[in-house]
Amino acid sequence: MLHGLNLSIARGGVVGLLGPSGCGKTTLMRSIVGVQVVKSGSVTVLGESAGSPSLRHRVGYVTQSASVYDDLTVRQNLQYFRAVLKTPKSDVDRVIDATDLGSRAGQLVSSLSGGERSRVSLAGALLGKPELLVLDEPTVGLDPVLRVELWSLFHRLADQGTTLLVSSHVMDEATRCDRLLLMRDGEVLADDTPAGLLASTGAPDTETAFLTLIGQRPSENGNPSSDERGA
Amino acid sequence: MNLQRTLATAGRILTQIRHDPRTIALLLVVPSLLIGLVAWIFSNTTTFSVIGPSMIALFPFVVMFLVTSITTLRERRTGTLERLLSMPLGKGDLILGYTLAFGLLAVLQSAVAVGFAVWVCGLTISGSIWLLLAVAVADAILGTTMGLLASAFANTEFQVVQFMPALIFPQILLGGIFIARSQLPDGLRQISDWLPLSHAIDAMQAVATNSQDAAYIGGELLIIGAWIVGSIVVGSVTLRRRTP
Repeated sequence: MLHGLNLSIARGGVVGLLGPSGCGKTTLMRSIVGVQVVKSGSVTVLGESAGSPSLRHRVGYVTQSASVYDDLTVRQNLQYFRAVLKTPKSDVDRVIDATDLGSRAGQLVSSLSGGERSRVSLAGALLGKPELLVLDEPTVGLDPVLRVELWSLFHRLADQGTTLLVSSHVMDEATRCDRLLLMRDGEVLADDTPAGLLASTGAPDTETAFLTLIGQRPSENGNPSSDERGA
Repeated sequence: MNLQRTLATAGRILTQIRHDPRTIALLLVVPSLLIGLVAWIFSNTTTFSVIGPSMIALFPFVVMFLVTSITTLRERRTGTLERLLSMPLGKGDLILGYTLAFGLLAVLQSAVAVGFAVWVCGLTISGSIWLLLAVAVADAILGTTMGLLASAFANTEFQVVQFMPALIFPQILLGGIFIARSQLPDGLRQISDWLPLSHAIDAMQAVATNSQDAAYIGGELLIIGAWIVGSIVVGSVTLRRRTP
């Protein structure tokens, strides 16, 4: 349940959505993608109502657990998603390269490690170069090297004009974002740049900043309606 | 709806199944083994020649229902359904893709079941064996589409499994296997007239005994076809892009 949420996200850049498990990150992301039943309020994405048919080409979504077919190879998974999106056939090789899966392309997804599976899932979302990428905890369970690589990929995409909304419950990832949304109990506690957040709370790192913010604002359940506006 | 996406979906499902040879073997062999079991049970009586055709209608129908509803359920559980529904894939493309893929398997399965019943179990078919196969295929595809319909209505694993006894068992009980449909009490007989499996069993028996003309079989096939189309349409319409 999201409460009195009223926020808008500008195009371009990496926006981090941070907060503890169960705070509403996934619900917010699913609302933006248009697969969440929204009881009240409106969600506008790229100038259109969230989930409208024309947006399905323009928004890429990666669910928290890798949503790929275990009994297909990496390439077969991507070939199918490509056929659904009707993007050029070469797109499959492009996203395999972008996610560094070249050596795994012919393997069944069921034989891959957890991190590799999430990268296949991410590769599927990169097909067709969507304008908005909604990534639900894409770096969970990845080793530090891979995590750094993925974040540099996110920034490359952002430099090319893609908007990325990336959720995480790991606070140290916050510093890699251009903008931060800190969530708790369905509310957005802060909406600022990482530097701005540290400056306004006087905290040495994001984790402390988050704790400071919670201290300042005891959890309150206000207006139950939500109004979210995306990029 | 879009033919290219429908075919891509059907191709993807068949590729998935191709990677699982055991499933293919089970799909093709299990109905035949069950028919063989029934033939064996009644080997000292003449009962098999009476209920044999019903068995060809029954087992592929049930197996295809189960396999299809579980496969679509798996798509839901692994999150790929949510991913597909956030992509430009029509709900009809998905349902039709599944129907095509499993329809193809249904053709193979029915062919094996009919062949096994006739040539191995010695079931006498007075009418055309091709007509028998046509009814068997329509019946197995009916199982597929009803499985799709069931999983479109279900939100959880538990719900979809309940649809098996809820949707299939009454059709078996009222289909004329246990007691001729004409001997059913009023009310139940009328209900059984509406159930698709009743028509599949009627058509199978009519072909086996050659007791009706081709127009009658055609009429029964039309009723089964209407149920297939209806299940596809309702299944597509009730599939929800947005879930809680």
